[in-house]
Amino acid sequence: MRQPLRAVGITGYGVYVPRYRIAAREIARVWADSDGALPVTTKSVPGPDEDTITLAIEACHNALARAAVSPQDLAAVWVGSESHPYSVKPSGTIVAEAIGASRWISAADWEFACKAGTEAVSAGMGLVGSGMADYVLAVGADTAQGRPGDALEYTAAAAAAALIIGPAESALARIEATLSYVSDTPDFFRRADRPYPVHGQRFTGEPAYFAHISAASRQLLADLGRTAQDYTYAVFHQPNVKFPQTVAKQLGFTAAQCAPGLLAGEVGNSYSAAALLGLGATLDVAQPGDTIFVASYGSGAGSDAYSLVVTDAIVERRNRAPLTAAYLARQTLVDYALYAKWRGKIAV
Amino acid sequence: MNIAKHWRQNGARYRLEGQRHRDGTLRFPAQSLQPGEAAADWQPEQLARQGEVFSFTVQRGGAAGFDDAPWTIIALVQTAAGPLVTAQLTDCAPDEVAIGLPVELVVRRIGTPVADGLLVYGYKFRPRLLM
Repeated sequence: MRQPLRAVGITGYGVYVPRYRIAAREIARVWADSDGALPVTTKSVPGPDEDTITLAIEACHNALARAAVSPQDLAAVWVGSESHPYSVKPSGTIVAEAIGASRWISAADWEFACKAGTEAVSAGMGLVGSGMADYVLAVGADTAQGRPGDALEYTAAAAAAALIIGPAESALARIEATLSYVSDTPDFFRRADRPYPVHGQRFTGEPAYFAHISAASRQLLADLGRTAQDYTYAVFHQPNVKFPQTVAKQLGFTAAQCAPGLLAGEVGNSYSAAALLGLGATLDVAQPGDTIFVASYGSGAGSDAYSLVVTDAIVERRNRAPLTAAYLARQTLVDYALYAKWRGKIAV
Repeated sequence: MNIAKHWRQNGARYRLEGQRHRDGTLRFPAQSLQPGEAAADWQPEQLARQGEVFSFTVQRGGAAGFDDAPWTIIALVQTAAGPLVTAQLTDCAPDEVAIGLPVELVVRRIGTPVADGLLVYGYKFRPRLLM
């Protein structure tokens, strides 16, 4: 496992989910003979004026509000996504400028499919943990793409989650340790300039999601001398509802431990935001002393696992910004035609 | 597209940054200095992120850059700090807007340009998430 020299934690967290949803059965109505077994109930849809940058900005404002840290005190603004609006021009500088960060920072974009956000978190642990900085803003945000009619279209969603990584003494949750596990696995990819990603034949599932999350999680638990029973809550990357439920069971976590952070049924797969969004929803209900196990997953492939301990600061800080439930409650269903128009799927 | 025109407005568009005069007057958007004024007379200041709809109109058609939108809501927002700000409402349908509606600042795309154009972001208001 990896641990910084200086103990670190989450000083503030913020989430954002767009207002709009489309029902999976509405997608099935258009493309399938039946609505059989659908991977989610609804998924979030970005409004016509939203993209990864705008999603990230709101999540960052919420994280700053909870942390009560001035944006001028951030040393880095790092945005992880697989749907950065520009191919060349960082999202990080736009987000940094929008939240009022100093210009004397590191700003950068991270890419690792669905775990680009947790990559930024781990790097932030390094920067703060080495003593080079006090506060790093790490964001996972996506407006994920799905080819019309493809299995991905039922789940590819939009959301953002931001964490301010800071010294453990100011944290609402301490990060005890992390561990990453990666391999060259061709389970899912999108070539440059292609609009939609593709699944790599039979690689999705067992050799990809399950193998990597299991490896990172089992090793981190072993290094810490813990088992699943030692945790109050657990959050796993959630491309659908079934995968995180299955990997949780394999690792010994119960459905109750995962319940607060399992949002895929309503939100869909928010890619780089997914695990961090689940963590945010879990922190919304956690109490001082609770422990949280988190494992992200990114295709291509890898998993970042974390062990967290919630501190007393959670009680006073969580209500400084909207809870995840407020965003989930604000939902307007759109039909497939409006969704297709907004997502640029209609060639005019 | 005049890129400089957009870049110059980043402070106002991203952060609703106006100017506070040494006599306490707050104005938005920021303006150039008048003859006899010193740079130190006006300091940048962000307006509050929350306000109420003072008045509004529904334009039947998309705003520039959103030509395929069926309507656009343009509102005068009474910000808590004082200035009236003209802005689009977003995450809001025409039948959901009313005078007095509590709104809050968001940053959204304010234009969808041609393939090789700059993406332009700026302030809009939406119905307050937490009433």
